Amino acid sequence: MAVTLTEGAAHHVRKSLETRGHGAGLRLGVRTSGCSGMAYVLEYADQVEPGDQVFARHGIKVLVDAKSLVYLDGTELDYTREGLNEGFRFNNPKQKETCGCGESFSV
Amino acid sequence: MALWQISEPGQSPSPHARRLAAGIDLGTTNSLIATVRDGSAEVLPDTAGRRLLPSVVRYRDDGSTVVGHEALASEVEDPLNTIASVKRLMGRGRAEIGESPYRLAANAEGTVRIETVAGDKTPVEVSAEILRNLGARAQAALGGELAGVVITVPAYFDEPQRQATKDAARIAGLTVLRLLNEPTAAAVAYGLDRNPEGLYCVYDLGGGTFDVSLLRLSQGVFEVLATGGDALLGGDDMDTALVAHWERQGARVDSPTTARRLLRAARQTRERLTEESTVAVEVPGVFSGSLTRAELARIIDPLIDRTLVPCARVLKDAGVRAEEIRDVVLVGGATRTPRVRERVEQFFGKTPLHDIDPDAVVAIGAARQADLLAGNADAADMLLLDVIPLSLGIEIMGGLVEKIIPRNATIPSVRAQEFTTYKDGQTALAIHVVQGERELVTDCRSLARFTLRGIPPMAAGAARIRVTFQVDADGLLSVTARELTRGVESEIAVKPSFGLSDADIERMLKDSIDHAASDLAARALREQQVEADRMLEAVRSALAQDAALLVAGEGERIAQRIQELETARQGRDGDAIRAAVVALDQASRAFAARRMDAGLRRAMTGRSVTEFR
Repeated sequence: MAVTLTEGAAHHVRKSLETRGHGAGLRLGVRTSGCSGMAYVLEYADQVEPGDQVFARHGIKVLVDAKSLVYLDGTELDYTREGLNEGFRFNNPKQKETCGCGESFSV
Repeated sequence: MALWQISEPGQSPSPHARRLAAGIDLGTTNSLIATVRDGSAEVLPDTAGRRLLPSVVRYRDDGSTVVGHEALASEVEDPLNTIASVKRLMGRGRAEIGESPYRLAANAEGTVRIETVAGDKTPVEVSAEILRNLGARAQAALGGELAGVVITVPAYFDEPQRQATKDAARIAGLTVLRLLNEPTAAAVAYGLDRNPEGLYCVYDLGGGTFDVSLLRLSQGVFEVLATGGDALLGGDDMDTALVAHWERQGARVDSPTTARRLLRAARQTRERLTEESTVAVEVPGVFSGSLTRAELARIIDPLIDRTLVPCARVLKDAGVRAEEIRDVVLVGGATRTPRVRERVEQFFGKTPLHDIDPDAVVAIGAARQADLLAGNADAADMLLLDVIPLSLGIEIMGGLVEKIIPRNATIPSVRAQEFTTYKDGQTALAIHVVQGERELVTDCRSLARFTLRGIPPMAAGAARIRVTFQVDADGLLSVTARELTRGVESEIAVKPSFGLSDADIERMLKDSIDHAASDLAARALREQQVEADRMLEAVRSALAQDAALLVAGEGERIAQRIQELETARQGRDGDAIRAAVVALDQASRAFAARRMDAGLRRAMTGRSVTEFR
């Protein structure tokens, strides 16, 4: 069971954390919401919660709670640019379909 | 695939923060609801897959209500408690409605109530049932609360009718983002709002009503230039004409059931002739035959002629020739009939737009507008069709209001009016911007004050000051005052709708109606008082300058009249003031004439005749 992030993503997370000034790392998760059932969570983590799995990649701590890890196992977080838009992308092998706008997904 | 940004802990945005919005075509016969999904507008069907909701509500004695198809089916069995075509009663007083199939009563305020087995219902409540049904349909289909709806109304709906429609939505628990004129909605559905400026015509032939509207598009705003129509002409009349034709061919209508069967056959025949050129007609036991498209055309042509009369009138009213129309939009199920399309094409000399389902086109336009207003699309696409809710004007002498932009003017709007000075040598003008329908400033809402300075000193009434009111697309009012001889200018910006709730607007409108008579009397009195003050000021100023020109006894006579006018001015009798003003005017007329001559002599002394050529 693991979650990874690309070097590009790590670079942006590091920069963002520096700008923010504090934070233990990055929290990835899922929650039930949206028309296709689930939505990703991408947040700063201020502390490690009980039950969190911690993955360290490129000097960044990625925290995932046990429940979310079931859906996120194998996911690689990337940072990408699409047209005028740039941001993080979840490359999740478990993701089967997304709704039209891609904001929610199902496994 | 969407891209994510890192959020603060616990603040990840929900997917689909898009606000759900829908467009509702609240029709006389049928209603629809549509929404924009993934960028395209679609009509939302009910659970049985039906898109049209008959605008019919049945009230039952157990207090329950039935809406739509089921209610329509009970029309024959329970006619008094099954309310159809309630749109015709919206915002109307009892006195404005003639014959009705229902038991109508009037409220204390004169508005209509419909007596049903479940108690008295207002047209607003009946409409609310239809809206509630459509709202529930949308929330079930979209899986969430609607942030707001756009409801369409006929272009000719007046303020009470529009207000009644809004009230119905409020009762139904829907937030109205905006009311949209039906023809405008149809034009929006075809994306005509993205076109260059021009004139557009909307031909709307529904089941029971015909409307034609002439729209002008300029800078993304549709303005309704003229409307016309026939409230009792529609596709149903074509069916009736067809049945009459079959009767002439031997069909015997001996019972209401037979009549209904023939009407149903007529409608089916008409619909099938849209695709086919000949149709076999079979009403077992009543009639058997066939009908061709050409025969149908001959039968319905007189009805189509009746729609073209209002079309011609609308063009004439607006002073527009048919060839100036850029596009004609077809709305309403009856425009599916190829013969209607043909005749409209002949009349306007261009192929009308008809590729969007004519039953749904209004709802689709409303859905597009709702999507924009809910904030789901780029503001650059925003279509602005708001109207000014209350008149905007300025205070003039005597505390009176001079309206510059009347209420219901479309936004954006620019109007200008010229004013002048009141006193000799006046170099500044205080401008007080007010909002409201009342005649006196004290009864209106004060929006802003500013002063125009630097007016060159002139005799009273000689300066020309142009006051321009401009309401921009965001409803922001800017008022500019410009003195025209020297060009000095001053301006101020205000937001007129700020802090005004619907209830305030309603109260202000109601006040203006309640006080119409007393306001008018007060205005008349103030006008006379202002006139008296102006007269006194002018005569006193003249006496001070040119007392030498008075003839024997004239000064005393004028002083006497001044005294009388001052006394009258203190009272509240407008007629007495007017009489005293006239008396002073007469007493001082000869003096004024001598002053004029003297002034001319002074001006001409020492100049040669050629200078005056």
